[in-house]
This record gives sequence, C-alpha cells and structure tokens, in this order.
Amino acid sequence: MNASFTITIDNQSVEATPGESLLEVCRKANIPLPVMCDFKGLSPVGACRLCLVEIEGVPKLLPACTTLVAPNQAVHTQSDKLRKYRRMIIELIFSERNHICAICVANNNCELQKMAYELGMDHVRFPYLTPVCEVDASHEKYVMDHNRCILCTRCVRVCSEIEGAMTRDVMGRGFDARIITEFKQPWGDSTGCTSCGKCVQVCPTGALTPNDAAQGRLKKNPELVALLIEKREAKP
Amino acid sequence: MAEPSSYSKKIIINPVTRIEGHASITIDLGRDGKVADAHFHVNEFRGFEKFCEGRPFTEMPSIAPRICGICPVSHAVASVKACEDIMRLIPPPAATLLRRVMHLGQMVSSHALSFFHLSSPDFLLGFDSDPAKRNIIGLAEKFPDLAKRGIRLRKFGRECSERIAGKNIHSVGITPGGMNLGLSEENRKALLAWIPESIETVRIGLDIFKRYRQKHMVEVDSFANFETLYLGTVGPQGELELYDGKLRFINEKGEILNDQIDPRQYLEFIAERSLAFSYLKSPYYKPLGFPKGMYRVGPLARLNVASSISTPLAQKEFTEYRQIGGKKPLHGTFYYHYARLIEALYAVEEMKNTLENPRVTSSEILACAKRNQAEGIGCSEAPRGTLFHHYVTDENGILTKVNLLIATGQNNAGMNRSILEVAKKQVDGPNVKEGALNRVEAAIRCYDPCLSCSTHAIGAMPLVIEIRDADQRTVRVIQRAK
Ligand code: SF4
Ligand code: SF4
Ligand code: FES
Repeated sequence: MNASFTITIDNQSVEATPGESLLEVCRKANIPLPVMCDFKGLSPVGACRLCLVEIEGVPKLLPACTTLVAPNQAVHTQSDKLRKYRRMIIELIFSERNHICAICVANNNCELQKMAYELGMDHVRFPYLTPVCEVDASHEKYVMDHNRCILCTRCVRVCSEIEGAMTRDVMGRGFDARIITEFKQPWGDSTGCTSCGKCVQVCPTGALTPNDAAQGRLKKNPELVALLIEKREAKP
Repeated sequence: MAEPSSYSKKIIINPVTRIEGHASITIDLGRDGKVADAHFHVNEFRGFEKFCEGRPFTEMPSIAPRICGICPVSHAVASVKACEDIMRLIPPPAATLLRRVMHLGQMVSSHALSFFHLSSPDFLLGFDSDPAKRNIIGLAEKFPDLAKRGIRLRKFGRECSERIAGKNIHSVGITPGGMNLGLSEENRKALLAWIPESIETVRIGLDIFKRYRQKHMVEVDSFANFETLYLGTVGPQGELELYDGKLRFINEKGEILNDQIDPRQYLEFIAERSLAFSYLKSPYYKPLGFPKGMYRVGPLARLNVASSISTPLAQKEFTEYRQIGGKKPLHGTFYYHYARLIEALYAVEEMKNTLENPRVTSSEILACAKRNQAEGIGCSEAPRGTLFHHYVTDENGILTKVNLLIATGQNNAGMNRSILEVAKKQVDGPNVKEGALNRVEAAIRCYDPCLSCSTHAIGAMPLVIEIRDADQRTVRVIQRAK
C-alpha cells in the first residue's frame, strides 16, 4: 500500500495518503473550506471554484476538491487573497442567473444563499446578466427552474453515478450552458428518469424542487443521499 | 401672457417621478377657463402581472405580497385563494381562522396608519397648519398620548402576523392549502390581551372624527361629494365581511344592483379600460358602461353596501353612520375616514371572536392538492378595497396569464372625480387658491391609495402643480418643496 506522508495546511501538520484530494484531507483534519459543487461520494469536478486554496510554490490558486495531495505540500486555506476571490466567485454565481431569494421557493433553505451569508456577501458588484431561463414543470413530481441553477452538476453526477439512469447532462457553453434531460426534452417526457428524486435532494439551490413545495415548505435531505452512497460503498 | 382666444389650459399637479414619490395630477381647464377634468396619475404596478408569467402558480402567494408593504396579507390571501381555486381545494378551518386573524390585523394596522399617522394631524392640527408639523411627529408634540396610542394600535395589527408567521411583513405563513405555521396558546393569549386597549383607541379616533364633523359640518358633507356606485363584499345576511364575502353592487341611491355574486364571476360585472395617462387600469361596472358604471371601493363603499355589522360596538357606530345619509349611501369622500374607523372597530371585535374560537390553535392547518384546473380566481377585501387575483396556468401549472385588480385601480375614477370636485372650488383659470395643494392632498388621502407618495408619514405629500394651456404649454408651476 502507498505509504502516507505529511503535508502542512495553514502551518499545521496533517497526514495524507496518495490519491486523496486536498479537500478530503482538510475534511479529515476538520479544516473548513467553502464548497458548492462538491458532494461527498460523487466524483469531483471543480465546477464552482469556491474551494480554492493557495499552495506554496504554485503561482495560481487551485481548487482543493480536484487537486491531489503531494508530499511536502504547504497549503493555505485562509488569506485575504482567498477571501477576496471567494467573495468574487459567489457574486459572479449570483449575477449569472436570476436569484431573487425573497420569492424563491428555497428561501432560507438553500446552500447557495447560506454560503453567500457565510462569505459576507452583502451585495453584488457585477451587473446581473438576467438571462431568460425556462422553468420545466413537466415532470409529475419535480420542477427544474433554470433561473436558480448554478451548474454545479451535482444532479448530473448523482443521476449517472448513483442512480445509474444517466438522464441528465450539460448542454452549451458558458452563458448558454444548461442542464438538460436526455436529448433536451421536457423532463416529463423522459423515458430514462426513474423519478427517484436524488437530483432534487442534492441540488444545493432552488433549481430542483418537488412541485408541491411552496415557500417555507421546502425540505431537502441531501444527508440521506450521502448516507446511501456511504452504505453502498461500505464493504461487508 | 394672456391668450383670450384659447383659454383652455391644463393644470398638472405633477409627477414627477415615482422614485421621489410625487403624486402626479393633471387638471384640465375648458375654453371658458373653468376646471373641466382631472386625472390622478399612478405609475405603480408597471409590468407586475407580466413578470409573474412563466412562474409556477404556487409561487404567487410569495410574489404577490411584494406589491405592497402595507397590505401584503390581502395580496397573500387573494393569491392563495386563486391557487386553491386552481387546486380545487378547501383549506382546513384552522388555517382559515389564522388567515382571518392576520387579515384583520392588517386591516387594523393599515387603518391605524391611515387615520392616526396620516390623517389625524389634519383633523387636530388643521388642514392648513405648517406641513412640516402636520404629521405624526407634530402630533406627538401636541398630543403625545394620542400619538402613542396610534402607534400602538398599528403595532397590535402587525403583531397578529408576527405571532402567527414570525414576521410581520412578507411572512411565509400563508401558503396554498393552508398555513405553514400555527398559533401557540401563549401567542393567542398575548394577542387577546391587546383587545381592550385597541377598542379604546379606535373609539378615541371615532370621537376625533365626530367632533371635527360637528364643527365643520358643511365642509365635511360637501367635500368631494359626488354620486357613484359602490362595490364591497358581504356575508350571507348582507353583513360586512372582509375575508370571505360575496360581491354586492349598489347604485347611487343605495339600491342593490347585484348581490351574493361569487367573486369568480367578477368579469361578468367588471370591465376595464386602459388609460393613456396612467399605468392603472380603470374598471367600471359592466352592465352600465362607462362613465355611468363608475364605482368606488374601500371602507366607504363597504359600509355603504353592507346591511349590518356582526359585532355590537361597530354595529352601534354603523347605525349612527347610516343615519347621516338616511336611506342613501354616503357619497362625501371625507366619510372614508369615518367608515375606516368603524371598520377598524369591527376588525378588533371580530379579531376577539376569531381568537376565542377554540379551533384557532389547532395544528391541522395544511391540506394538499395539485393543479386540478387551469384557472383560478381569488378575492379579498384589502384595506383600500376589493382585491382580485386571477391566474391562468398551462397543463404544468406554469402561469400563462395573471390579472390583478387592485383597489387603487378601482378607485382611480373616484379619485379623479374627487380631485375634480376640489379643483373646481380651488382653481379658477390660472389662479389657484391658497391651500389648494392641501385640499387636493386631503382628497387623495381619503382613499388612502397605496402609493409611496401617499404613505409619507413624515412631511407633506410632495405635489407639484403645473398649469398648461390648450396647446399643452406650461403657464405656471406651483410646487410644495419637499
Ligand atoms: S436558489 Fe438559493 S440563492 Fe438562488 S434565489 Fe433561491 S434561495 Fe436565493
Ligand atoms: S440543477 Fe441544481 S444540482 Fe443540477 S446543476 Fe443546477 S444547481 Fe446543480
Ligand atoms: S467545491 Fe471545489 S470547485 Fe466546487
């Protein structure tokens, strides 16, 4: 087996195993990092860039979720520079779609909103792009509101990696990128969707919700999906 | 410069911008130099209906209350009723009781704001007293106890929402199917404890009004007095009902035109005209056409249409109110204030009844259903008048059409008439009497329209008068500094 080694995170020595990501090592050592696209048990994609860290000797900031540990790494998770970038990133996420928390079904029940509070976002300095986005309410149980989607792809990954249905994907690039169902048909017309609802549970925002969830009544249970993944991977 | 041949002028009490909260009024002069017409410009609600389209209908009860920070509960109630119409669902009785408490509470706080904060300074300090002092602060200097009572009455009204939904404005308590949150025994008791003081305060308000009327009988009776039809909701016996009533129209003589109409049929009785000078639509009573079908809503209308009031103290006042007009409705715009206070008294008494209902603390407050039909219509009485929400959805429950018929819109024609009546007395050609601004302001205030400008509690309503000739050239501008 590969021998473990030591790295330093915020000047603290931490044990790491080859193949682990910096985020995993931070988690084990109880070092908090802001994350949005990451979901424990799903493959990392580095989509949101909130988990950026500084590594001594590396000129650019790297996402902890997709950066592997290496011997003698000296990592910093807290600095003015990082705080500045995280703040900028969360603001950019908000400016990209139409987030109007006050009337959103996920208000007070939203990982993105919570993150914005945690990162001290009191306003957005970038102009809102206010894209015209669709609300797909064709599914008998769930709604997809593209206005609130942050393209974290948790839904895509949980659908293919855990449920195995592979009904979701990303189409288009940049500003035009959208989560699609199968060949971009209405969700309700999908033949592959098993209606398991895992995507709804792991979605960190108001983009995926049960269609009977009015404001103040939304309950998501991502922990249940996390537990399911954990149990599935546990060796008997 | 005199232009005797074309002595037709337009006086504009001008905007100018909504941001600054100016009331915008145009007064047209005829060729004879006399006031011919008046328009109150309202720039609110632009596009609100449009930008709700494309959203799931279940979101409306959280979107709609954002229209107004003073009557969010009325919007939430009308909205949730429209949703429940789409769902073909009847909410549990306890949910209806809780909504009633919030709805009555909002009526109390809004009426308290209108009377004690905005209007009582006019009554007690005089309509032509210094505008800088003619407000709640000036009132507090001269009548500290009364000002405090007014503020506390408003607080009571707001607490009704707070103690049920945890937040007084834009709470998430009211939801399609019922309520998200219930009422604890402790909160029920706390609300009940407010009742005696609140009744007392409203009665003091009534006293102020009646004394003022005694002294200024002619002015009160004649102030913007003109005949219209009236619309309000009533209970099964024709009694005043604010939450769940059926529509009743009466004519200027007080005769019932239509009674016990299901609000879902509103389009059979109300038609709307779009106006060039306002973003508000101007509705009228369809069977009579416009202008004959011009009707008013709000406290005055509700007391004019009602046959009785179900609570004893308010009924007593109602009897007295009714004696003024004999069999006829009261048409004097000033009586809006009177009606508003009687309604507030009813609301406090009715609140007590509702809170004493043992079911009010039940935890069975939510029922579930999905979209069962495309269209839904909801109605409730807002502090300023009858409010309708009308939604059309596609097969997935996405809104394809939203129509909101708001009180201020329905009173638009009435407000224009009131201003016209006042202007006739105050304006003669380009000459505008001292105090014209104050009178115009008083006329607008009677309707308590939900515009940012009308809710300036501190300081006078910002108004600008611009006089224009027949060719729309500005002749004169009169402005009250902010
Ligand atoms: S998804 Fe979250 S952040 Fe976006 S509007 Fe809704 S509550 Fe706000
Ligand atoms: S729908 Fe939700 S889970 Fe899927 S990409 Fe968008 S925000 Fe992420
Ligand atoms: S959590 Fe690492 S990039 Fe999103």
